[in-house]
Amino acid sequence: MNPSTRTPTAHPLSRWLFHYASPPVFYPLAGRLMPWFWALAALFGVAGLYVSFFVAPTDAVQGEAYRIIFVHVPASWMSMFIYLVMAFWAAVGLVFNTRLSGMMAQALAPTGALMAVLSLWTGSLWGKPMWGTWWVWDARLTSELILAFLYIGFIALQASIDDARRADKAGAILALVGVVNVPVIYFSVKWWNTLHQGASVSMTKSPSMAQTMLWGMLLMALCFWMYAIAVALTRVRAIILEREAATDWVKHALE
Amino acid sequence: MHWNSVGEFFAMGGRAFYVWGSFGACALLMAVEPILAQRRARAVRDTLRREKLADELDRTLDRSPG
Repeated sequence: MNPSTRTPTAHPLSRWLFHYASPPVFYPLAGRLMPWFWALAALFGVAGLYVSFFVAPTDAVQGEAYRIIFVHVPASWMSMFIYLVMAFWAAVGLVFNTRLSGMMAQALAPTGALMAVLSLWTGSLWGKPMWGTWWVWDARLTSELILAFLYIGFIALQASIDDARRADKAGAILALVGVVNVPVIYFSVKWWNTLHQGASVSMTKSPSMAQTMLWGMLLMALCFWMYAIAVALTRVRAIILEREAATDWVKHALE
Repeated sequence: MHWNSVGEFFAMGGRAFYVWGSFGACALLMAVEPILAQRRARAVRDTLRREKLADELDRTLDRSPG
C-alpha cells in the first residue's frame, strides 16, 4: 500500500461519518432535511388524530378518558428515547471530541424536557378521573419526574458555563450519570407495586380493539418522533451558527 | 364513527376537561416550541448578517480616498 494515501480515518464508514459530523457539511444538510420531517410529522399527526378520535372505539372500562393514551404514551416514549439519544451524542462528544455531538445533545434537551412535561401533565389529567388523584409518589411517576429534572438540570448546567466546549463536557457527564434512570422508568411497573398500569400495548379487550388502539398509538408516536427530529434540527442549526459565528464558512453560508 | 353529534364529540363522554386538557397541552407546546427554535435561528442569522454588513462598511470606508 502506498503510505501517502493512508490517513487516520481510512475506513470509508468512519470517513463518511466524520464528513457529516463537520458543521459546514451538516448545517445545509439539516436545512434540506427539516421540511421532510415537518411534513412527516404533520402526515402522521393527521392520521394518528383521526384514528385516536374516529376509529378507536370507546373503552368498556374507561369510557372516553382512555383517549389520553394517544398522547400520553408517545410523549412518555419520546421523553425516554430522546434522553438516550442525547446521552449517546454526549458520550460521542466526550470520546471523539467532535464539535457537532455537543451541539446535538444541547439541541435535543429542550425537546426532551417538553416531552417529559407533557408525559407528566397528560398522566396527571388521566390519573384524576381514573385513580381519583392528580399525583402519587409511586415508582413510575417519580422516576419520570426525575427525568424531567435531569433535562432541566442539563439545560441549566450548560447555560451556567460560558465556554461552550466545557459546557458540553459538564453536560455530557450529567447526561451519562442520569441515563441509569431510563431503565428504572421503563421497568418500574414490573419492579415495584405501582398504581400505574403495566405496558399499555398488551391491553386486551377484543383483538380488534387492541389493534386500532395500537395503530393510533403507533401513528401518534411516529408523529412525535418526526416532530422531535424536525425541531431538534431547527435548533441545532441555530446552535451551529451561534458557536461557529467567527468562522469563514458561516460568513459564506449566509450569502 | 361513533359520535352522534359534534356536541357529543366535544363532550368526550363527560371527560372533556381531561381529554382536551391533554391534547390541548400537547398541541400548544408543540406549536410554541418550533416558533421559539425558529426565532432563535432567525435571531442569530440576523446578528451575523448585520455584523457582516458592518465589516464590509468598515472596509469600504477605510479604502475610500481622503
